[in-house]
Amino acid sequence: MSYSSTVPQAAEAGGTSRGPARPPRTASFGRAVRDTRLIFVRCVRQTLRSKVAVVFGALQPLLYLVLFGPLLTELPGVAGFGGDDAWRVLVPGILIQLALFGAGFVGFGLIAELRSGVLERLRVTPVSRVALLLGRVLRDTLVLVVQAVMLLAVGIALGLRAPFGGIVLGLAFVVLLALSIASLSYVLALMTRREDAFAPLLSTVTLPLMLLSGILLPMSMAPGWLDVVSRFTPFRYVVDAARAAFQGRYSSAAVLEGAAVMAAMLVLSVVLGAHRFRRENA
Amino acid sequence: MIETRGLARTFTTKHGAVEAVCGVDLTVAPGEIVGFLGPNGAGKTTTLRMLTTLLAPTAGSATVAGHDLRSDPAAVRRRIGYVAQGGGADPLVPVREELDLQARLYDVPDRGERIARLCGRLDLDGLDGRLTAELSGGQRRRLDLALGLVHRPPLLFLDEPTTGLDPQSRGNLWEHIRRMRAEDGTTVFLTTHYLDEADALCDRILIIDRGRIVAAGTPAELKRRIAGDVVTLELGDGPDAAARARDALSGHPGIREAAVTGDTLRLTVENGDRELMTLVRTLDAAGVELAALHLTRPSLDDVFLTVTGRSLRDAA
Repeated sequence: MSYSSTVPQAAEAGGTSRGPARPPRTASFGRAVRDTRLIFVRCVRQTLRSKVAVVFGALQPLLYLVLFGPLLTELPGVAGFGGDDAWRVLVPGILIQLALFGAGFVGFGLIAELRSGVLERLRVTPVSRVALLLGRVLRDTLVLVVQAVMLLAVGIALGLRAPFGGIVLGLAFVVLLALSIASLSYVLALMTRREDAFAPLLSTVTLPLMLLSGILLPMSMAPGWLDVVSRFTPFRYVVDAARAAFQGRYSSAAVLEGAAVMAAMLVLSVVLGAHRFRRENA
Repeated sequence: MIETRGLARTFTTKHGAVEAVCGVDLTVAPGEIVGFLGPNGAGKTTTLRMLTTLLAPTAGSATVAGHDLRSDPAAVRRRIGYVAQGGGADPLVPVREELDLQARLYDVPDRGERIARLCGRLDLDGLDGRLTAELSGGQRRRLDLALGLVHRPPLLFLDEPTTGLDPQSRGNLWEHIRRMRAEDGTTVFLTTHYLDEADALCDRILIIDRGRIVAAGTPAELKRRIAGDVVTLELGDGPDAAARARDALSGHPGIREAAVTGDTLRLTVENGDRELMTLVRTLDAAGVELAALHLTRPSLDDVFLTVTGRSLRDAA
């Protein structure tokens, strides 16, 4: 049975036309860029309203740096350091840890937006679906860079000495890692949709990844089996690469391997994130 | 403005497939305010989420605001506004920023002017610097409405627009919705589980229960068609007067049901207004004396009861 209107068919707006042809690819690309900027600016404004959170977000790695770093410097000639300065080993590790945890937790913000209906409201607008992801991820990366620079400043004050180029290259690794972890965090948030499901899953994933990456102490110190296991986790390569960069070994195997792993991880996680945001029931 | 054929959505859960909406056919004409009435869990929100491109149908087809829902959701999005049940404003963002972002996302050319006008119309003036969390319930609802209307959509979807509002704010919101239709010709499709809301606001009502549309029509039509008007006759003289009256009226074409309780005869009549005079004349001719006579219109709850066998209040 059909419940047609009793109103005579008052020529529906737009009639029977199936709508204009889909916008050309370049237009939708332009739209994605423009929308990404809009979402990015919105997110940055939100972050600026809670500047304290940015500082507190860097507090944990800062504590490692200040309260744990001095211990390492008292261990001269530990095998795995390769005779290198302890700060050049620790600081890159702490930066990666910052990216892993800082960007790992961004999914909580998205769950809040799911709950308040903001995400749904935005998804009814013509906004580019990819922009909903990228705008957020770029904001998260910006926050991470600010925090990383703060940590670096403290590290230098404590005695870190590294070539400027190496620090920049190390930061580049941190940026790419943050982009990719933030995307994955959003994917996980959209899959779980609730804090009480997201939080335990997050720590179950991040803690072993952190321990296996050799963030605190280089994996070259590890017994054989642990070293092998750690080679199956991506962060191991990124940490090694950042350390090599801080030592000025720009074209070493570690940097190249790290770059390759990082590129693969970045592509994979952004594609996954974009796919998840595009899915109708995101 | 909306036309659906067999629109359905099945969810897969641990306990097997659940048919939230099973084959909805509906048509909404431009300029109508149509209410989707049903208890919680009847499939109202699922239908609305499908029509607003938030949820892909598992079967059926729909044309919304002139565009095919499945093949061109982007075009549908540009022409509809949607206000979700819980709203969609971020509590920690100022009113001005929310409206500005929304207008930019829709490419509204005269953003500033449009927002100013909308704020004026929806009594949101002077609130633009406030965080949305600081607004009152009614103000927040009007902001949600403004967010849904900023791009002048020809079709607006409202999901339970007045849930949680005090009576005064509800009436005020109804007024805004009516005015919007009167001034801009906006078609409104809203869900509600409030009978008074459907009655007061809607040109036409679709009743949905367990994922199916079980009745449709104007509020008056529905009440007349399904439940009929109720005529209560109080009879004065003698113990069997009510029974005599019933016998006198038996075979009268407009009467659907007649029930005697004590001195009263309760008739369900197709069209009470029209039947009243002939009822009185028939009784007069039969020599039955009438003490009092009431005509009551059925409520939408009676309609719901007739259609589904349950009271809407119980079902919800």
